[in-house]
Amino acid sequence: MSSVKIELRKDQVDKIRQIAKTFKNDPGELINVLHKCQGEFGYLPAEVQEVVADELKMSVAKVYGVVTFYSFFSMIPTGRYPISICTGTACYVRGAEKVLAEFKKQLNIEVGTSSPDGKFSLSCLRCVGACGLAPVVLVGDKTFGRVSPDGVKDILKEFEEM
Amino acid sequence: MDLVKLNIDGKNIEVPKGITIHKAAKSIGIDIPVLCYMELKDLNIENKPGGCRICVVEVEGRRNLAPSCSTNVEEGMVIKTSSLRAMNARRTVLELILSDHPKDCLICAKSGNCDLQDMAIRLGVRKIPGQEFAEMSTYRLDTSPSIIRDMDKCILCRRCETMCNDFQTVGALSAVNRGFQAVIAPAFEMNLEHSSCTYCGQCVAVCPTGALTEVDHTPDVISTLNDPTKTVIVQTAPAVRAALGEEFGLAPGTLVTGKMVNALRRLGFNYVFDTDFAADLTIMEEGTEMLNRLTKFLNGDKDVKLPILTSCCPAWVNFFEHQFPEMQDIPSTARSPQQMFGSIAKTYFADKIGVKREDLVVVSIMPCLAKKYECQREEFSVDGNPDVDFSISTRELAHFIKEANINFMELENEDFDKPMGESSGAAVIFGTTGGVIEAATRTAYEIYTKKELPKIDFEELRGLDGIREATIDIDGFDLKIGIAHGLGNARKLLEDIKAGKSHYHAIEIMACPGGCIGGGGQPLHHGDSKILKARAKAIYKEDANKPIRKSHENPYILELYKEFLGEPMSEKAHHLLHTHYFDKSKKKFQI
Repeated sequence: MSSVKIELRKDQVDKIRQIAKTFKNDPGELINVLHKCQGEFGYLPAEVQEVVADELKMSVAKVYGVVTFYSFFSMIPTGRYPISICTGTACYVRGAEKVLAEFKKQLNIEVGTSSPDGKFSLSCLRCVGACGLAPVVLVGDKTFGRVSPDGVKDILKEFEEM
Repeated sequence: MDLVKLNIDGKNIEVPKGITIHKAAKSIGIDIPVLCYMELKDLNIENKPGGCRICVVEVEGRRNLAPSCSTNVEEGMVIKTSSLRAMNARRTVLELILSDHPKDCLICAKSGNCDLQDMAIRLGVRKIPGQEFAEMSTYRLDTSPSIIRDMDKCILCRRCETMCNDFQTVGALSAVNRGFQAVIAPAFEMNLEHSSCTYCGQCVAVCPTGALTEVDHTPDVISTLNDPTKTVIVQTAPAVRAALGEEFGLAPGTLVTGKMVNALRRLGFNYVFDTDFAADLTIMEEGTEMLNRLTKFLNGDKDVKLPILTSCCPAWVNFFEHQFPEMQDIPSTARSPQQMFGSIAKTYFADKIGVKREDLVVVSIMPCLAKKYECQREEFSVDGNPDVDFSISTRELAHFIKEANINFMELENEDFDKPMGESSGAAVIFGTTGGVIEAATRTAYEIYTKKELPKIDFEELRGLDGIREATIDIDGFDLKIGIAHGLGNARKLLEDIKAGKSHYHAIEIMACPGGCIGGGGQPLHHGDSKILKARAKAIYKEDANKPIRKSHENPYILELYKEFLGEPMSEKAHHLLHTHYFDKSKKKFQI
């Protein structure tokens, strides 16, 4: 998984320590600690994982293992408008791949990355339970159904900075 | 002990409660195949992720097949280990694993010594249905100074992870990602070289396939041996002679010192020397350092750093540089025997035979993979020319001997060359846990008390327990000694020192189980401690048979000091035989 390199400020390190402390620095609480940290930072850069590992007295490799196992955790900062394209079976057979390709083309970014201005990020998910509307695209908490490659432009337009 | 009654393959048996189906079957001679499962009984290590599913069996009344390595027996169970359903499932599992595994067995480093290959042979797999449609997972090849990670060949058995985390507490490896991308890797999937890896090689020692292998410098050694402008000398570590024979079918614990020397001469080395010579030198330096610190301590110096820790084991050095950098001033500054040898060879010996440093090539035969990294450390080179040029493992030497058409078994015994081939019994026991500190004690006792040792053997320092301790009476002073092998055990002793709870004066640490005899470069022992015990016994036997058994009585060592070094810990000795350590904990992750 690729990541962004950042420097943590002292107050940010303290914040992680404080979170770890609320879970009594118990390695068994790793997932909860990571969850809170992601709430704080929006994502889990390598530097945050290092501090978490230090606080819970476990190896960074193990922490990274957990971060990469759960799709909920991300090492990439999400955009202000995270775009998720459903590539579950129903959406897939109704052309989700082409919709995804169009998003990639329009935004000029890959899945799992965000646009340089931090506005959009792109990810795939499997089935949101709205197969009747396939192919489905989520932008933030807004749902778009029966999306065609031609419709991608219109969707992006809706999020032009107000 | 509570017993349970069950039936396996038609046999009624009674076995202790709480054991697995696999073990119960084994107790009546039924060998259910396992792949990811590993038990290193005497090291208290068991790897049973139940992940590969090769060991599945049919349990009457259960809907699903049960993995026998991780399912406990229950009262009244009726188990079929070779029903059609179980056998079909086993075969399908293996076919699926093979479908995502490279088929380059002919040229794989593990060929002939691969658990996956053995399983394919055992189950008689002749084709992999659907291979032409199978997706193969591929990863970047990661080459470090000692170890190569080729994760295309990883079957996710997680044995390496168990050794790295549970036994060594190094924490360099973990399972990361999920599904098809799942792989065993260092944090952030960076290279091993940038992780906290100590290169102990225990992961390589347990890897069932060619996913983890050592960096092999044999080709470099072969080309230097064929370069007429070079004088090539070789040194052999003590543990090698106690295990090399196993590669030629000899029983574990067969000493092959004489044959090994003969073989090395036939391979074309100009001088066949012994790392043990440098081990004696290590004792002179490290023993003197220990006595200096102890004398200061006994004279009431409060700042003296005690306990003193040994520094011969390169994986251990890497370990404390990564994990306990604040304690850098506690270990002895003495270089390891491998490096002392190289340093003296390229100065004293090169001068003696009138060969220029750059024309002298030093090769080491080591039971160890961390030695490959150690000899590449910048501080052990002069103007870019390393003190030790190449380090090859016991296993690699065995391959080399076979490749060179040498009939090892028929070789006559030969002796090491002089002067750097002469050694004492104290040096030989460096190869096993407890040996370095016993060797140091023999010398320290006699130098400190100026009396002869009443008994040379210190039985109280020997054995295979992970952490041992002994008190040695040195003329009324109780010298408290601690010994640990395995880095997890070393960590416990270090945590005590850190917390100010340690009462030891001196501690010996070796990274591998049993010490160097169980090193990452040795013939694979598969966790069988009988093999380790046999090797240790061989080492102590060689010690007992030596005419000289104390380092400070080795005449060639005394001559070296007289002609060249002066005194132990002299300025020259300091320059050539001592080192300093680095803080590697702050090394930034390179993503």
